[in-house]
Amino acid sequence: MVSPNTELAYNSKIEGDLVVTRADAVINWIRANSMWPMPMGLACCAIELMASAASRFDIARFGAEVFRFSPRQSDVMIVSGTVTYKMAPHVRRIYDQMAEPKWVIAMGACASSGGMYRSYATLQGVDRIVPVDVYISGCPPRPEALLDALIKLQSKVQRSPGTTKNLLSA
Amino acid sequence: MTAPADVFAAVQSQFPAATARPTLDHTAINVPMGDAVAVLTTLRDTQAFDFLVDVTAVDWGVEATPRFSVVWHLLSTTTNNYVRVVAACVSDTEPVAPSISQLWAGANWHERETFDLLGIRFEGHPDLRRILMWDGYPHHPLRKDFPLAGIDTPLPDLEVGELTKATAAPAPMMGGPFVASVGEMNMTDAEPSAKDESWNERSNKPAAL
Repeated sequence: MVSPNTELAYNSKIEGDLVVTRADAVINWIRANSMWPMPMGLACCAIELMASAASRFDIARFGAEVFRFSPRQSDVMIVSGTVTYKMAPHVRRIYDQMAEPKWVIAMGACASSGGMYRSYATLQGVDRIVPVDVYISGCPPRPEALLDALIKLQSKVQRSPGTTKNLLSA
Repeated sequence: MTAPADVFAAVQSQFPAATARPTLDHTAINVPMGDAVAVLTTLRDTQAFDFLVDVTAVDWGVEATPRFSVVWHLLSTTTNNYVRVVAACVSDTEPVAPSISQLWAGANWHERETFDLLGIRFEGHPDLRRILMWDGYPHHPLRKDFPLAGIDTPLPDLEVGELTKATAAPAPMMGGPFVASVGEMNMTDAEPSAKDESWNERSNKPAAL
């Protein structure tokens, strides 16, 4: 005998618990907690970047341990090191190949401003060629500083408005 | 084993045009550019200078003549002596030197670097391209008439240059560079280097300064 199903409402005993939220908040939360970095290691800052990924500092605690050497699979480009004019177009081209949404961290004095290299060969800040979300001071910055920048970027991503609207209109 | 003094005597006996060069450390020899390859070959084959340490050049200044000198540093791995061979370039505007990449394969990149930064053309070089600056860069940055900050030049990739409007622009020197001789400037007072922050790469230096 098949009994008629008289329940019209959502049954959490059958379907599991339910959390009501906004699409923006969920998508931002997902994005912020799995930011796969594109390591643009160009100088000594890259050593600190590697240390951040290793067990002592463990960037995996913030969901960013999956370093992708393909721009197509990464979300945040970490420019760690001196950007020469010879390298600058390649940095921009790699940035262009990253899929939206994408973010950039300028790690250290050189990437932020050219640092001590006030010379004919060095790009005076990577923000001349790509939009930068977070700058880190230091020469080189400690891994904690990079993790702090990542946390700041995560909070920026979580606050970003109109995520769903942008997704639907894209 | 050849003592350092004998090296110069041996070279001069074979090349009368060679002269001793004032030096604070190792034997140094001035030779005419035409003799350079023969002198270096002799040093390698008869004086056991088997290792080429460096090939570089000196720009003595825009007014100087001869303006450019090419410098070769050799080391003997058996006698542990160094020798420095210097030859002045004949032309001040288009300096030329013979390539020694046939003698030492390692000279190849040294000569490319010297060509890149000082504009010395090495004749007989198998592949004389720039090695540090990008292909098509119009200047030779280590020449005395090239400013440290650089000269405004398009980026190596024109497409990216057009997209970003960025150029290889002169770096903001902010009152630097601080090159001090002993007693001339207190380096502690000179720090931080950017004292006058009223101007930078985005806003020009005020005329009153």
